[in-house]
Amino acid sequence: MTFQSFSLQDAALPPDLDRLREEVRDFLSDERRAGHYERTPDGWDRYDPDFSRRIGAKGWIGMTWPEQYGGRARTSLERYVVTEELLTSGAPVRAHWLADRQIGPLFLAYGSEEQKAEYLPRIAAGDCYFCAGLSEPDSGSDLSSIRTRAERSDRGWRVNGRKIWTSYAHRAHYMNLFARTSPRDEKHRHAGVSQFILDLASPGVSIRPIVNIAGDHDFNEVVFEDVFIPEARLIGQVGGAWGQVSTELAHERSGSERWVNSFGALVAMTDISADLEAGAGQVGRLTAHLWTLHRMSFAIAAMIQRGVVPMAEAALVKDLGTSFDQAVPAAARDFITEERRADLGPERLAAIDHAALYAPSHSIRGGTREILRGIIARELGLR
Amino acid sequence: MSEIAGLLADSAERLFGQRLTKAVRDEADQGGLTGGLWDACAELGLDLAALTEARGGAGLTDADLCAMARLAGRHALPVPLVETWLAERALATAGLEPLPEGTSATISPVLLSDAPELLRDGGTWRLSGTLRRVPHGRHARVLVVIAQTAEGWRTVRMDAPDPAALDRNYAGEPRDSFRLDGVSVTAIGEGGSRDDLHFDGALFRAAQMAGAMERVLDMTVAYAKERAQFGRTISKFQAVQQQIARLAGEAAAASAASHAAGDARSLGPARFETACAKLRAGEAAGEVAAIAHQVHGAVGFTHEYHLHFLTRRLWSWRDEFGSEAEWSDWVGAIAGKVGGEGLWAFLVKPDPALTAGPKELAGG
Repeated sequence: MTFQSFSLQDAALPPDLDRLREEVRDFLSDERRAGHYERTPDGWDRYDPDFSRRIGAKGWIGMTWPEQYGGRARTSLERYVVTEELLTSGAPVRAHWLADRQIGPLFLAYGSEEQKAEYLPRIAAGDCYFCAGLSEPDSGSDLSSIRTRAERSDRGWRVNGRKIWTSYAHRAHYMNLFARTSPRDEKHRHAGVSQFILDLASPGVSIRPIVNIAGDHDFNEVVFEDVFIPEARLIGQVGGAWGQVSTELAHERSGSERWVNSFGALVAMTDISADLEAGAGQVGRLTAHLWTLHRMSFAIAAMIQRGVVPMAEAALVKDLGTSFDQAVPAAARDFITEERRADLGPERLAAIDHAALYAPSHSIRGGTREILRGIIARELGLR
Repeated sequence: MSEIAGLLADSAERLFGQRLTKAVRDEADQGGLTGGLWDACAELGLDLAALTEARGGAGLTDADLCAMARLAGRHALPVPLVETWLAERALATAGLEPLPEGTSATISPVLLSDAPELLRDGGTWRLSGTLRRVPHGRHARVLVVIAQTAEGWRTVRMDAPDPAALDRNYAGEPRDSFRLDGVSVTAIGEGGSRDDLHFDGALFRAAQMAGAMERVLDMTVAYAKERAQFGRTISKFQAVQQQIARLAGEAAAASAASHAAGDARSLGPARFETACAKLRAGEAAGEVAAIAHQVHGAVGFTHEYHLHFLTRRLWSWRDEFGSEAEWSDWVGAIAGKVGGEGLWAFLVKPDPALTAGPKELAGG
């Protein structure tokens, strides 16, 4: 197995991708001109419901979904082009991101008709935001070890337990909750976990902020005390979460958000390098990496379009992508010395500093480097 | 790949599988002739793969040629196939006759600092200069030289003279020098570009590297699943799995970059894409070779075992037609001209106008 899938020669490319790309760029430059956003050190990782609603109005959320659910029936490649332009321009798309990227596809694959009708049009409009309820204090990479329990109750479920590292739980409307619905069986470790839509405004939910090393509040701890979830909010099969989540994680890992986190830093480095006439080699090397990642992600979007779940390929690109995200601030150090830092001043270095402080997070969130390499190794037949 | 390229690739795969025995490789390794192998390649028409339709060829695209070069790299093919293609491309640019069937050729200058001169001496054109590191120089029948005149570049075709000095790369592939001192030449065409040769050489070397890395990955996976220590195959150790996964990632990146550059070269000059692909593949080559040798242990370090035919080529090919250091300076200088805000749009659709200048100037 040699990951030949990264060849695009056989991919049937939709004809108007360039025009769509231009349309997105025009829209974004209008948005910037109107003062709705600018490129900031934190890039796309900003929560802006007004912006999300304007993106929704353009038809750029849930754009591959069927029209009856508020989608636009566009191809995965078209979605890829739109997301890549949004992310690289530093547009504040975080609010709707998770719902667009993985909750919509999850509902389309496993949701009930009522769930699709209720949530998908609101997500597509940029009005309804989700966070992911996977990690727990004692359950990180090993998802099968989660302890949060959902127990049958009258017309639904009662949830007790806690989730941690939940990004934007304090802003989202719903959590895609993973909870045990039957006790752990050592022979079938992944059985007995179910997925629910949990309304974060429900009684019994408390959300506590966790400040990260950059001083920002993104993470939360979310505690559930006898939280009631109506029966209609179970997603898919009772005990079937593990089977359902694989596709979801492939979607989570395959996009350009996995290598675009330090793009703002590269933009800054490029200009600083040109001004100082130093560091061209560093900028050139990173640029070649970025160009390659762009092509690889595009090939993955083509696989999704063909109906393939690119589990190993997505893991491989995320691994390379997060290494790139981390390589950007590391390369900046090669020519931005403390002397030059003093000359340049904090504003020109803000994006690079942000990338440096966030660097450790990239190879942890969304599947650690070690887990991803384990997935690749399995694909290679090593385990 | 086009249908005709696919058929050619299938035949070539079979041929390489049959003919590339250890004995043939060892002979090539000592700088020996591999005439029988070359003739077999020519019988399939591989030597003429770069002929355009207008020149009587099958009209393979540059993406097809890159696919064929990956195949050649996969098999560590020890004959001047890619060099013969580069020679034919130069002859075509200059409007010179195509090479006859079965003729091995090579091309110069492959170094940007070599600058042969073509001077008129009465009714005779005379070619002078030193041509260094010429691939397969001693074995090629035809030598194509891109030379300077007062009126610009010319392309010269000549029977390959005896090399002035023999040299080799890490893989034992000949990299010879010719000293031309007013040699009378007659087959001269207008045009030609040392830079274009440099970029196309980089495009093909990137493809050869990507192919070689595919094979190194296969060999490393197979070895890890076979070699047992501590009562289990070493493929069961996480430390080994993690390293091989990294190898697979680097090999996939090189392959994706080579595919993308080949696709782009089919449509235009693709200098930026070529530079990125050569640079990315060259970087991957170092990682891939190092991990493969680590996993193979001592046996991979023996001449008897096959791995070194690939890894020694990777170490050489990453340096030829521009190393990572040279290309990253060049790409970085282009990025600087484009500027940070325009970088993304340029990367998605590189503007050939910004990469058209001479390489040595852009590279600084």
